[in-house]
Amino acid sequence: MLTILFDGVAYGMLLFVLAIGLCVTLGLMNFINLAHGAFAMAGGYLTIVMMNRYGISFYWGLPAAFVFSALLGVVLERTLYVHLYTKSHLDQVLFSIGLVFMATAVVDYFMGANQQTINLPPSLEGRVNFLGASIGVYRIFTIILCGLLTVGLQFVLSKTRFGSRLRAAVDDGRVARGMGIDVTRIFAVTFAVGSGLAGLGGALSTGIISMDPTFPLKYMIYFLIVISVGGSTTITGPFFASLLLGVADVAGKYYVPAVGGFIIYTIMVVVLILRPQGLFTRASR
Amino acid sequence: MRRQILKGLAASAIALAALPALAQETVKVGLILPMTGQQASTGRQLEAGVKAYMAQHGNKVAGKTVEVIIKDDTGVADISKRLAQELVVNDKVSVLGGFGLTPIAMAVGPVATQAKVPAVIMTAATSVIVEQSPYFVRVGRTMPQMTFPIADWAAKNGIKSAVTLVSDYAPGIDAEKFFKERFEAAGGKVLDALRAPLASPDFAAFLQKAKDLKPDALFLFVPSGQGATLMKQVIDRDFAGAKIRVIATGDVTDDDLLNDMGDAVLGMVTSHDYSADHDSAENKAFVEIFKKVNNNLRPNMMAVAAYDGMDVIYRALNATKGDANGQKLVDAMKGQKWMSPRGPMEIDAATREAIPPMFIRKVERKNGELYNVEFEATGPIKDPTHK
Repeated sequence: MLTILFDGVAYGMLLFVLAIGLCVTLGLMNFINLAHGAFAMAGGYLTIVMMNRYGISFYWGLPAAFVFSALLGVVLERTLYVHLYTKSHLDQVLFSIGLVFMATAVVDYFMGANQQTINLPPSLEGRVNFLGASIGVYRIFTIILCGLLTVGLQFVLSKTRFGSRLRAAVDDGRVARGMGIDVTRIFAVTFAVGSGLAGLGGALSTGIISMDPTFPLKYMIYFLIVISVGGSTTITGPFFASLLLGVADVAGKYYVPAVGGFIIYTIMVVVLILRPQGLFTRASR
Repeated sequence: MRRQILKGLAASAIALAALPALAQETVKVGLILPMTGQQASTGRQLEAGVKAYMAQHGNKVAGKTVEVIIKDDTGVADISKRLAQELVVNDKVSVLGGFGLTPIAMAVGPVATQAKVPAVIMTAATSVIVEQSPYFVRVGRTMPQMTFPIADWAAKNGIKSAVTLVSDYAPGIDAEKFFKERFEAAGGKVLDALRAPLASPDFAAFLQKAKDLKPDALFLFVPSGQGATLMKQVIDRDFAGAKIRVIATGDVTDDDLLNDMGDAVLGMVTSHDYSADHDSAENKAFVEIFKKVNNNLRPNMMAVAAYDGMDVIYRALNATKGDANGQKLVDAMKGQKWMSPRGPMEIDAATREAIPPMFIRKVERKNGELYNVEFEATGPIKDPTHK
């Protein structure tokens, strides 16, 4: 029972770190970036290459994945995305889904189509007993790391100067600019951090699942479910939505394996019927 | 009137199109493979197997030049059907081949039947396929052929209870059914049959459930190319510590993925018809040329099926002295026997079904790499579902 809870929470946390960057771009910057999973894939593959080809430790792989994906995010934001901020949502969707297909083909060409995994360092392997339940060390590591990230993000957004500038830039870009806020730079930094978090999530997920070139497409559905259930205007919304979905998914598959795969979609449908604006968002502004 | 003219035009167009076919010196083979999408690794191995065969045997057989056309169906049945039609109508292929998944083969069946073109099934493994068209010939293997040996082995080696975990699609359900049938006939008991969604990235819940049921063994089946994720989570859940043996069909310890799975899979027992480690002169030659023309890639069961598929086509053309008539080719393929890199192969003359040799294998480290090392041959197994 406790094992199931922990597995579910770990899975949910992972979903959260993977999806949070998308929440930021969608909710705060009002930009639909379906290519978000591609940044996660970049981080995941970087970790795999570092560990399997060069024998570098997993602990270095995580920050490297963050930095690599963030840099990739900045470059693409400055060169490509910036032209689409003012375009319609349909253009943004078409553009970013095209980017996904390109990313898939590029990774396929360089890394091959087969699933690739890493071997975790011994300190993260194995299981420990906790209140009579056997829990994977790596899942605990994931929970702690993602928990810290959430607290940190929430703090930055709500308590720091950067956070209030960002919110100002989003609410009314023109006025914010008039007040001397460098909106362009703030958006670039935010986009980079979002991409970096995706990369970190990708690197973390190589420890549980494997990477293959279709990763961005496979996970796009999960990201979108997290955001549609949690709403995209806060960080806490997607956070609780991820946990809910993670736990419901794992528990559902455990207790009623016959319908397990459908539970997360059922939750999404029910939430969208009852609260179309998302579970944790106030009714539309 | 106008309709009459159109009809006349159409008739002469057909007659014109038929003309070059009479005199043609090339025999075209159209392969429909999943080169992109979820099954891309399968498509890659199939293509590589064909390449290895052509490198070894050249492109001339019985006075004809063989030309291979590869089309990517991305693993989607609707596209496969359209590609099959295009290959038959536009490219005028004499033989179709490939087919990564069961629904794809099913979709192509009517095209093959109508056009009277033989279709060589290399990958799709559901038994019922070959009954869908008299032009289907299978060179791969079927689910019961793969699952019976491991069920027998389990029953004979002190395993009394088992839980099955399969991917929730036709071959997975077949694997579950045949394992249960055979294992329970031998006195074993299947405690629970779990099915994971095909696109499921996280097996945690299913594996925990299997572990909590405390069986003697856990039987696994996932499509080829997807074993890495599953095995990673199996290892993470420490079944060895709970005294539960993990057994599977050879798809899980796919040669393509095995080497990256790490020492935790050492000793795992699986059943399949092909291991890159198979000890025979034919296999050594195959592995050598395969690695040479394919950038040192290790061949897996898909590669060997593609290789054998080309072999059957060449053999049939030899038997018909180069005549590429569909019916004659299918008749020539029936009952073919040859020495494959997997061991002695046969196409059942009555059912057009492959009869591959089967082996029980154990993962071992050899020359620094992980291999499925065969330790027991169960001999050729006819598919039991065909009457």
